[in-house]
Amino acid sequence: MSVSWTDDTVEIAGVTLHVTRSGGDPQRGGRGTLLVLHHDIGTPDRLPFYDALAAQGDVLVPHFPGWGKSQRVEWLRSPRDIGAMMSWLLADLDIGEVSLVGLGYGGWVAAEMASQAPQRFHRLVLVGAHGVKPPEGDILDQAIISYIDYPKAGFHEEAAFARVFGDVSTDQLVAWDIAREMSFRTAWKPYMYSQTLPHLLGGIRTPALVVWGDDDRIVPISAGQAYTRALRNATMTTIAGAGHFVDMEKPAELAKLVTEFVAAK
Amino acid sequence: MHLMYFTEQPMAAYDAQEGLNYGATALTFSNKHFDPVQGSRLYNEYLEDYVLAEECGADGIMLNEHHNAPFCMQARTNMFAAILAAATKRVKIVILGNPLPLSENPVQLAEELAMIDMISKGRLVSGFVRGGGQEQLANGVNPAFNRERFVEAHDLVVKTWTQPGPFRWEGTHYQQRVVNPWAVPLQKPYPRVWIPGVLSKETVIWTAQQRYPYIALNTSIEATKQIRATYDEAAAACGYTAGSENFGYLIRVHVQDTEEKALKNARQFMWMQGEFTGLAHPVWANPSGYFSPSGRRQFVEFAVGRAKNPRGNPTFEDQIASTMIVAGTPDQVIERLKYIISNTRPGIMGIWANDGNVSQEDRQTCIRLLFQEVAPAIKSYAAELGLKDPWEANAPVHLRYSTDLATPAAAAE
Repeated sequence: MSVSWTDDTVEIAGVTLHVTRSGGDPQRGGRGTLLVLHHDIGTPDRLPFYDALAAQGDVLVPHFPGWGKSQRVEWLRSPRDIGAMMSWLLADLDIGEVSLVGLGYGGWVAAEMASQAPQRFHRLVLVGAHGVKPPEGDILDQAIISYIDYPKAGFHEEAAFARVFGDVSTDQLVAWDIAREMSFRTAWKPYMYSQTLPHLLGGIRTPALVVWGDDDRIVPISAGQAYTRALRNATMTTIAGAGHFVDMEKPAELAKLVTEFVAAK
Repeated sequence: MHLMYFTEQPMAAYDAQEGLNYGATALTFSNKHFDPVQGSRLYNEYLEDYVLAEECGADGIMLNEHHNAPFCMQARTNMFAAILAAATKRVKIVILGNPLPLSENPVQLAEELAMIDMISKGRLVSGFVRGGGQEQLANGVNPAFNRERFVEAHDLVVKTWTQPGPFRWEGTHYQQRVVNPWAVPLQKPYPRVWIPGVLSKETVIWTAQQRYPYIALNTSIEATKQIRATYDEAAAACGYTAGSENFGYLIRVHVQDTEEKALKNARQFMWMQGEFTGLAHPVWANPSGYFSPSGRRQFVEFAVGRAKNPRGNPTFEDQIASTMIVAGTPDQVIERLKYIISNTRPGIMGIWANDGNVSQEDRQTCIRLLFQEVAPAIKSYAAELGLKDPWEANAPVHLRYSTDLATPAAAAE
């Protein structure tokens, strides 16, 4: 499966953001719905999961400010700010039908965007999303465990971690440190959730799919159940043998779920 | 020269094996190992030690605070400062320092410090620190905004002390619509502010830009010279020449009647070293966003064990040899301190004299020998070298009160 990606930069709110696209020019509509994929914290810039999605349709992966090659910004305070920047980006690109896929922290950003524009999106997929307080258990605190132990905790099998990250490079450690800093800057207290978002999810008309690894040790599965209850039109699916990073541990399975959900009438 | 007594106020009365079993003695090491009966005894003993230090002639008592760790029982430096304001008569009460970023309400901090200054009849030295990484985590404070909060809280405290209220503060991290505390400091324009530190070059430069004394916390002689060079350069850029009154040096010193006993007790300083550098996780000491981005790459390698601790891990014998720890009889200690002073030339010296499990009897012997036998010789040597403290030099409290600037004040306000 060969997928071509192009890199571009756009300026949003005075900040230079790095954007990766598959397929054609999103302004020409490409092949139907454009999937906008919001990344998690500390994942590599490109993943087999992204390729698997791109094989089925056009995908846009914006990098949040401070992450990857996107410019760092001092004033940023919450994922809601990032959501507003992402909505600004979509408006600038003038694209039509959009579905949002958000992974972990990116799921929180996607949920914020949908809550601000309840009719805008075609489909919403949240995978192990941060953003709501888990009714049972707590979101794993990055601040008190090592750079390597945190992402390891996001996999059901350590072998899957090794497949993705191998002998972790110093560049990767630096990227994780930056990802930590940016999540501290935007989601320190309360840690990695919003106290207002749960009250705002009920307006969203967009059909939503909530996906959780059945062994998510980073965001407890009860948070997925809370999302599913709060959204007016959501179904929840769990993936067996997967941790928090379903996208890295079970890429083909997740891509199939997402593609089918987005294509369904 | 200003000579002050310091102890971390260790809570050594817990089972050290528990810490070794857990693998850490900070932040998440359970406070079920803290024994309040021993805590009560130790707090009161440490208070007696401070009072004795004043009786024996110490110029100041240096206080600090840390959280969630047995190496330091003092969790609110203003508490002991307030007690000493009433329990002592003459010594300066030197807080080094209040961790500004931990404060959600710097106006309240300014108010507390003003009360301490008035109760002590103007004996407060109000140092400020950023607070270590662990202190941010123990208090739920965002490490990524640490430096911004430090500078903004400082500016708000100083404005609260110096500008009649009411006024309004609309900052980045602090917003206070009515600032008008009824308590203001006795000392004018405001109590002296000293800034202690170890590593951060940014802090040294900021301190020089304020013309505040910088207190190097037991850094090596070489590192201390580097700090002075950085400070001197920043001072020159502000239009003044830094002198001994701009520098302090904290050094671990233990004195007893015999060298053997002094060395035995001084080994307790290693207890502290184990606590501080050996038994905590690197990401606690340096949470993401806390440190300068320029050090990021080096730090992440250290944090996962690929690089050595930049501070090294010297043995007790190494530290005795390099004068990072001084121990012996009064005569031996005087000789070593003269060597250190001639190389670092401070106007302020903190003597970190007791640590770990040293008995109160031995602590008090050390205090007597230090301030009755060692201090007079050291102060007279410092006077020969012309090393003045900020009062002897009549130094301005802040750059803006300078009358000797080569160029108009361009301080970081």
